[in-house]
Amino acid sequence: MTGFHLAQINVGRLVAPPGDPRVAEFVGQLGEMNALAERSPGFVWRMVDDPDAAAVAAFPEVADARFQINCSVWESVEALWEYAYRSDHLRALSRRREWFERPDGPHQALWWVSAGHRPSLPEAMGRIARIRDLGTGPDAFTFRDRHPAPVAVRTGRERHSAPLRSQG
Amino acid sequence: MTAEDDSYTVLGALADPVRRRLYRLVAGAPEEVGRDAAAEAVGVSRSLAAFHLDKLVEAGLLAVSYRRLSGRTGPGAGRPAKLYRRAEGEFAVSVPPRSYDTAGRLLAETVERAGLDRELQAAAKAAGAADPEGAGSGADLEEVLRARGYAPFWDGEVLRLRNCPFHALAEEFPGLVCGMNLALLDGLAGEEWSPAMDACAGGCCVALSKNKNH
Repeated sequence: MTGFHLAQINVGRLVAPPGDPRVAEFVGQLGEMNALAERSPGFVWRMVDDPDAAAVAAFPEVADARFQINCSVWESVEALWEYAYRSDHLRALSRRREWFERPDGPHQALWWVSAGHRPSLPEAMGRIARIRDLGTGPDAFTFRDRHPAPVAVRTGRERHSAPLRSQG
Repeated sequence: MTAEDDSYTVLGALADPVRRRLYRLVAGAPEEVGRDAAAEAVGVSRSLAAFHLDKLVEAGLLAVSYRRLSGRTGPGAGRPAKLYRRAEGEFAVSVPPRSYDTAGRLLAETVERAGLDRELQAAAKAAGAADPEGAGSGADLEEVLRARGYAPFWDGEVLRLRNCPFHALAEEFPGLVCGMNLALLDGLAGEEWSPAMDACAGGCCVALSKNKNH
């Protein structure tokens, strides 16, 4: 155990509001896909609350019913990868262009959190904004540009983290 | 030595036909293979199999681990067996030089940016269905998949795929390329088989099972 878990957010805007026949199949599968995630090895937590006022104030787009947010925490990058691309979730994912508008910028982010931490929506949305503004880095990255979990080093009362050179 | 020279050296290790059979056996096996099993499958002596297997390890094509096969532990359990599996690296050379991987990556990036997943899947499914050895031709799907590099093996009633022929591209563009692969397999499988997402460790994420009514 590294003491760190992987947080993930991806967002997208549906081609039509929930309830519209064009996205009915997506909406119909959502519960099944979430249940599949929850029983997948390495799943830790997923965000279920609707955006609160603070999140809407910081990121007004989240109030749009067509704006879909998926934010969760996993034990490792590999565990998330297995679910996202190597389970039945891929069947749904491969139909993304039927249901979602084509993203016009970064729409997903990965970052490390201390085990037990539950990301807030503004925190998660902030990671996508970070990739958009600064590119990927240890604080916000993608599968294609992975960064290893930090190594926790205890010095006095403070906890510092230093990058780990290689993982596994 | 250039990277190309290294690849020639590595692939040169496969020039020997016995060694090539051993490589194919281990690379296509669902689990690690010991010397005895390899010798028996290829029909050579244990010492000859051991010699060639170790040459393949030296070349970087196979990797090794040690484990007691009997399940016994402690004193008297015997020495752990040397087990072989496919190494991680990929090696390719082409004469004259060709760079289809660069073209593939550029095409994938462009298709992804343009959001053409559905068009790609339709083309992949049609290509699978049009395979002259594919569904309806009477050819054995297992052999068709083997010829396409999937290294299929039976796991009970399910045909699993030990190798992903699109590995490097799938790592980079997983949504796009795994979706394309699934569509290709859907096309190849036809009515008789059902491809399902059921990942095999280190292999392709699709497994196929025969439909009951056929």
